[in-house]
Amino acid sequence: MKRALLAALLAAAPACAETYVIQNATIMTVAKGTLKGSVVVRDGKIVEVGEKVTVPSGAKIIDASNQYVIPGIIDCHSHIAGDGGINEGSVSVSSMVDIKDIINPEDVAIYRALAGGVTTANILHGSANAIGGKTLPLKMRWGKDAEGMIFEGATPGIKFALGENPKRQGNPVGGRGGATATPARYPATRMGVEDVIREAFVEAKAYKAEWDAWDAKKTGIPPRKDLKLEALKEVLEGKRYVHAHCYRADEILMLLRVADEFGFKIRTLQHVLEGYKVAKEIAAHGAGASTFSDWWSYKMEAFDAIPYNATLMMRKGVLVSINSDDAEQMRHLNVEAGKAMKYGGATETEALAMVTLNPAKQLGVENRVGSIEVGKDADLVIYDKFPLSDYAKVQKVFIDGNVYFDRDNEVSGRPAKAAEKQKLIDKEKQIQSQRPQTGGRRGGQ
Amino acid sequence: MKRLTLALLSACALAVAQQHPAIAIRNAKIVTVAGPAIARGTVVVRDGLIEAVGDNVQAPADAMVIEGEGLTVYPGLIDAMSNWGQAGAPAAATGAAGRGGRGAITTTAAPAAATPAAAPARGPEDRPQTTSWVKIADEISATDRRIETARSAGFTTAVTFPQRGIFGGQGAIIDLLTGEKPGEMIVSSPVGQYIALGRGGFGGGGGGYPSSLMGYIAYVRQIYLDAGHYKLVKETYAKNPRGMTRPDYDRALEGVLDSPRILLPANRLVEIDRMLRFAAELKQPTILYGGRETFRPEAAALLKKNNTPVLLSLRWPEKARDTDPEEEDSMRTLETRDKAALAPGVLNKAGVRWAFYSDGIDAARDLQRAVKKAVDAGLPREDALRALTLSPAEIYGVQDRLGSIEKGKIANLVVTRGDLFDDRTRVEHIIVDGRKYAPVPEAPGGGRGPATEDQNNPGGMR
Repeated sequence: MKRALLAALLAAAPACAETYVIQNATIMTVAKGTLKGSVVVRDGKIVEVGEKVTVPSGAKIIDASNQYVIPGIIDCHSHIAGDGGINEGSVSVSSMVDIKDIINPEDVAIYRALAGGVTTANILHGSANAIGGKTLPLKMRWGKDAEGMIFEGATPGIKFALGENPKRQGNPVGGRGGATATPARYPATRMGVEDVIREAFVEAKAYKAEWDAWDAKKTGIPPRKDLKLEALKEVLEGKRYVHAHCYRADEILMLLRVADEFGFKIRTLQHVLEGYKVAKEIAAHGAGASTFSDWWSYKMEAFDAIPYNATLMMRKGVLVSINSDDAEQMRHLNVEAGKAMKYGGATETEALAMVTLNPAKQLGVENRVGSIEVGKDADLVIYDKFPLSDYAKVQKVFIDGNVYFDRDNEVSGRPAKAAEKQKLIDKEKQIQSQRPQTGGRRGGQ
Repeated sequence: MKRLTLALLSACALAVAQQHPAIAIRNAKIVTVAGPAIARGTVVVRDGLIEAVGDNVQAPADAMVIEGEGLTVYPGLIDAMSNWGQAGAPAAATGAAGRGGRGAITTTAAPAAATPAAAPARGPEDRPQTTSWVKIADEISATDRRIETARSAGFTTAVTFPQRGIFGGQGAIIDLLTGEKPGEMIVSSPVGQYIALGRGGFGGGGGGYPSSLMGYIAYVRQIYLDAGHYKLVKETYAKNPRGMTRPDYDRALEGVLDSPRILLPANRLVEIDRMLRFAAELKQPTILYGGRETFRPEAAALLKKNNTPVLLSLRWPEKARDTDPEEEDSMRTLETRDKAALAPGVLNKAGVRWAFYSDGIDAARDLQRAVKKAVDAGLPREDALRALTLSPAEIYGVQDRLGSIEKGKIANLVVTRGDLFDDRTRVEHIIVDGRKYAPVPEAPGGGRGPATEDQNNPGGMR
């Protein structure tokens, strides 16, 4: 009985967050404009937003005068918080591997992302192969274990990649068959990338048919479960989102056509730097576009990029987000979003939506996060200044109504942490100076 | 004719008796581990077994008597995960962490189990880095020199595993005899499948699947899915083969299905959490090895909750001597080095089953020092002893024959002058399967010489 009670308490733990009222703030709700007022947070959810709110008894009051509150930032393309590599690049189709298996909740990049206002990140497999591994969104719940990081209920994804990266291993340095350590891996061209995807889905369809036939009668020996094809079967069934790394207009069109032909959807096009050239087609397919603000020319396929890409695509009806793809850039996505105002004239709300509500929709979690609305998760960021600016600093970050980052605590806690560390360094030095030189001992760390 | 047979038989019996006479150690302190220590008693060993033990036991007339005055008798130590007794075994690797696994390679001969270098694997179907069918019991080398050095440190038993690749193969419990027939050494086989999640011994480069941690995990998962399916198909076929296509024989899956348990690598807290979840998913009885961060109470609590034993590496983390003095380690790393040796106490407190393993350390002095480090950090001596005797026996389910000094158990004993974990203690005798061995002399320089005694290079020239 006691145990059951404890289990129930633990299960309800996220809902047991404190009640907060953030007062006197400029609240950029994204969904319903910007207002001056308060947000009430209870049991991990936003329970009231408005100029005047009822303050529940026992609530902690946070005075945010002259400060701004925005929904937690969502990064639709990140590679943090993984152990042991984020590319299974040994094969052209690696849909059997899963980021979920290698979540590292101790990666300090999580805390740093939090400090930049990020509360949710889509952790993607790399772009080494045409069909990469399985992916999933995480909440930046620093301090929780791997399971506790997972954005519960969110639809998982899979990474695809087009263009230079997946075909690079088909053209190893030194030339194919030349003096090179790694043998060439098919494909070596964009044609080959398309072929790999087609072939995989031909196989996946046959696999799905085999399982569907068995599921219909459920007698005899079931077919062999193949993790690689299982993931693609889920794509065909719409249970797994495709996040496709791409650059050039031609390859974007190729992928949309292949998807249409095989009857599945591309959920997001990632990078999609030439998306502005084919925005109409992207919108027609219903794919989202997750791009950089103004990062380009770092390789041939990124030469035709323009910083107006995000706004142009948005104006053509594409659901657009701005992502980081990088642990450092992840820490100032607010500024990256602000650039959409300069290039192309997005409004404040449109720009902010590119790092909040739009990526939430792209990940299919807009009923939970992405805007400040009653009933949504209390994932909130308090900035000291106008958030779409270089000068803004994150003050507090809430996830599920819990404070996961507090700038005051962080800054005031630094000397103590440094002292604790110094103590260990000194202790070790002392031990080392006392230790005899035994030579053969090998350190295991 | 009958007489001749009889004569031959009695000659054989005589030969056996002469080879391994009964031994009685009398008037010694006996630390049985099974119960309280006997301050002054006698142990009698005959035919490889403990015949009698107690404070009121007489030495039989035919026994070779060792006067135990001033001596202490312990159960022989067990290395809970080892590669002793293998010819050309690569150093034990710490798996997931992939570091600290650079032990000495004793000979250059490749084990027969190694698959020849093939084209890079294209997927799980190619069964990359897999020799799950290998039973190390079939490949024990009685001439491995480490048998002697380990025995000199008081080890009489090792749970030795083939450690190449992802599915290395099946381990065996061996007694560290200098025997003529390797078969004599085997106590139990197979005892478990060694799994590593890194390129353990198979060399990097060359590419091929898998190449990332998630790839390794996905591969192991697919193997167990395949094994389940394979078993089902095979059973169905065995029941009624008529009209059914004959299933292919898959040695990789045979090896996996044949394993009573699996050993998974986990050093960091994150890895312990990950591997415990993975083991639950695979539904395999599991032992974790590594355990570097088990000094963290959260890690111990997880192990307890899952009722999973852990093998703790005796290769304690240390700052490498050749690091850049300007480079500063993370708080996490510093803390791990500072607290690693506290792990035994934390595990005991949490009630986790655990045991020590050598992890590539094979010189007597180094093994003793490594255990001493935990004792110095506060581990009671009786707990240290248990972690090297009865605990590993229990973890592998052989506590009915190994791990303590009790009547009827295998006669594996170590006799010392002084307390086993003291600096100046001398191992006087080692008894393995009832056979008495003397420790090999320490390397010149009073044991402060090179950590690994270089038997192949007596001149010391490198």
